[in-house]
Amino acid sequence: MTDRHEDDPAGDPAESGPVALSEAEVARQEIEAAKEREAAITHLEPGAGFGKRFVAAVTGTSVLVTILSFVAAIVIGGVIIALTEPAVREAFGYFFARPGDAFREAWDVVSAAYVALFRGSLGGRAQISETLVSATPLILTGLAVAVPLRAGLFNIGAEGQLIAGGMLAGLVGFSVTGLPLVVHLPLAAAAGIAGGWVYGWLPGVLKARTGAHEVISTIMLNNIARLVTAWMISTTLFRRPDRSDPISKSVEASAQFPRFVDGLRVNTSLLMALGLAVFVFWLVERSTRGFELNAVGLNARAARAAGMDPDRTVIRAMATGGALAGAAGAALILGLQHRLTIGFSAGLGFDGITVALLGRGRIGGTVAAGLLFGALRAGGRSMQAQTGTSLDLVLVIQALIIVFIAAPGLVRAIFRVKADDLATGQVAKGWGS
Amino acid sequence: MGIVSTATDTRTASAAPSLAEQRLRRRNRNFGIFSVLCVAVMGLIFARTPRGDTATFILNDARAGQLFELPNLRVSVVPVVLVLAGMVLAIAVRQFTAGFGRRSVLIVGVVAVLFIIAFLSWAAAGGQLNLVGLLRATVSRATPIALGALAGVLCERAGVINIAIEGQFLAGAFAAAVFASVATSPWVGLLGGIGAGVLVALMLAGLSIRFKADQIVVGVVLIVLVTGMTSFLTTQLLVPNPQLNAPSRFPTVTVPVLSDLPLIGPVFFRHSVLVFTMLAAVLLLQYALFQTRWGLRLRSVGEHPKAADTVGIKVLATRYKAVLLGGVAAGIGGAYFTLDATGSFSREMTGGRGFIALAAMLVGRYSPVGAFGAALIFGFAEALAVSLQLLRVPVPSEVLLTAPYVVTIFVVAGLIGRLRAPAADGQPYEKE
Repeated sequence: MTDRHEDDPAGDPAESGPVALSEAEVARQEIEAAKEREAAITHLEPGAGFGKRFVAAVTGTSVLVTILSFVAAIVIGGVIIALTEPAVREAFGYFFARPGDAFREAWDVVSAAYVALFRGSLGGRAQISETLVSATPLILTGLAVAVPLRAGLFNIGAEGQLIAGGMLAGLVGFSVTGLPLVVHLPLAAAAGIAGGWVYGWLPGVLKARTGAHEVISTIMLNNIARLVTAWMISTTLFRRPDRSDPISKSVEASAQFPRFVDGLRVNTSLLMALGLAVFVFWLVERSTRGFELNAVGLNARAARAAGMDPDRTVIRAMATGGALAGAAGAALILGLQHRLTIGFSAGLGFDGITVALLGRGRIGGTVAAGLLFGALRAGGRSMQAQTGTSLDLVLVIQALIIVFIAAPGLVRAIFRVKADDLATGQVAKGWGS
Repeated sequence: MGIVSTATDTRTASAAPSLAEQRLRRRNRNFGIFSVLCVAVMGLIFARTPRGDTATFILNDARAGQLFELPNLRVSVVPVVLVLAGMVLAIAVRQFTAGFGRRSVLIVGVVAVLFIIAFLSWAAAGGQLNLVGLLRATVSRATPIALGALAGVLCERAGVINIAIEGQFLAGAFAAAVFASVATSPWVGLLGGIGAGVLVALMLAGLSIRFKADQIVVGVVLIVLVTGMTSFLTTQLLVPNPQLNAPSRFPTVTVPVLSDLPLIGPVFFRHSVLVFTMLAAVLLLQYALFQTRWGLRLRSVGEHPKAADTVGIKVLATRYKAVLLGGVAAGIGGAYFTLDATGSFSREMTGGRGFIALAAMLVGRYSPVGAFGAALIFGFAEALAVSLQLLRVPVPSEVLLTAPYVVTIFVVAGLIGRLRAPAADGQPYEKE
């Protein structure tokens, strides 16, 4: 470590002097800074071996916070279930006569709901299939948020990008006919990815060229996509000729993701999602572009001083995120729903935000978080069917987990443990004007 | 404005006249292109009236008698449209040649108004359009948007980003419905709505001020949380107990004398109490923010918290108060949905209006009156969409409803003037 580095541990060479540093020098300093940050979080020596780091990662505070957040959310969710159940409220009505009854009743209701949730997600082949089906778009929208997050951008627009991708994939899926599966399916999926790419590129360009904050422009683009879709599905281009309600033509069989097994809904779009995840892992963690992405996210001024072009990186990051959300739309339409309806996105883009935040912007973490929330969703559906507890509880639990993760101070206060701040750091300051 | 414009700004300092001039010229050109497009649409589409050539505008409230009845306005569409197109064309020529200098944004507004008049004439050709009803619905629909925008103004002027307005609306609408149903009084419902709005604000304030969580993340997550909670409670509580979801609504109040004025009377003075509350809140807040000591302190905390702290202003307490007061405004806005617009709560009934409120705050450039103006424009788009469906005009209402979002993107991108946020917006404050 050089003297300069000790003076300036934050690793912002642009501020330490007018001297133009060489690209390699800045890059090295960024890496050192990143290592120090990691060491500060994991309480490990910089450069510790994989074994040590793995143990630290499992027992480390960030995982601890995640687990505690989960526990707190499940407990609060249980309280909400108990409070809204008429039988429980009745038992609490004569609480002072027989307090045991109230608690037994509450325990019965809550445990029945959670057991149904667990069995519904992992209890058998069909249940695991449902978990994977739910997880596929969540993994992709999660990555759609995670990749820009690495460049310091908060992509709230996964919802709109997913809609754009789904619409285009669906359009190619039902309007092109007579192609074999090996041509038609990739073509439709690529159309979806391209649609999402464009819809993510747009806020990227606006940010880079005019400084329009991506949070605002993506919120607005989401709503534009929602409204325009509602209109387009009712036009003759999309609408099924034999139906008067807004529902599109069905995607040709040659553009549908084939299922692995007959009777189970899990399909090959999962492979596309995992393949893209591997590609994105390479892109973000191993490639030069990824290095630029991370550098811009850590310190855009330093990246500029090192000869990188932060503007171009911003555009690329948003477009890549959009493409991933577009892939989610393609997976949804070509793999599962096979036709477009108003509101087909069902908030999956917003769920992607919670997935990416739970995964702390890491690619692997995001995939794991997508699987977890997919399991929650599949389990929630069977919970709703079996015990009558509304599926919306899953949304509440999901949001509570993120509340705790976003405010580690809260976890610290509740559980009296040491906790670190969200690894992705603060994503936005003001509207960037 | 991020990295790009800082670079531009430093360059402007060294070579000011040419660059500023260039920017001005580019803006004039862009505005000119916009005007020419307007002329093209007016000339090619609006000047053709296959459904009849006379448009009738009704200038009285259809539902109640008035002291002064105005005659219906009958216009011949094609000449009117052509005259309007001519005016816009003249403006466009001036925009390309001399430009309008500092007034160019105002002129764009004038072009937009002329365009809308032409559009309305075309839409009403061969039919009747109740202009007063349209404007009255505009004010009514602008109410929650303006109240939500006021919540945003209060928070962001104090340095806390609030994108959870949608969540505050939903919570307020839900609580207002339940409280009003249980107590059979809309006033209790209003209190319930305010309470729920403040509760969400408290979570926002606590997480972002006390726990210094990322404010945008907190905002998004609060929306997800409230959406989930209200949907869950609707399924679990309201659907099995419909008596909990039958609030008594606020009646329409007719202000004596004022409501008898032609045009203005029915448009502004025949509404529920919530609408009057909004109008009063806009004026009061505009005064309080910019003319009182309280307002100066609130703004100083959002612009330069360290300086404010140095002179003895309690930064965190001021921020808490601002966010909670914002919660009151957003709670009233939420109550509008169940106690004025409709008489019951349904899942996700606010339909993205919290985001439109956010947009109104930005387009109104963080000022209460500006936000109210933007809310009126967005409310007009909503009301017009309904009117057009009644007139069966072949314009998809969904496309019209995108207008608030498109305008906001233009404003945030600096295409219509520049947007400057409070300097410390979104930054947690830590005493050293």
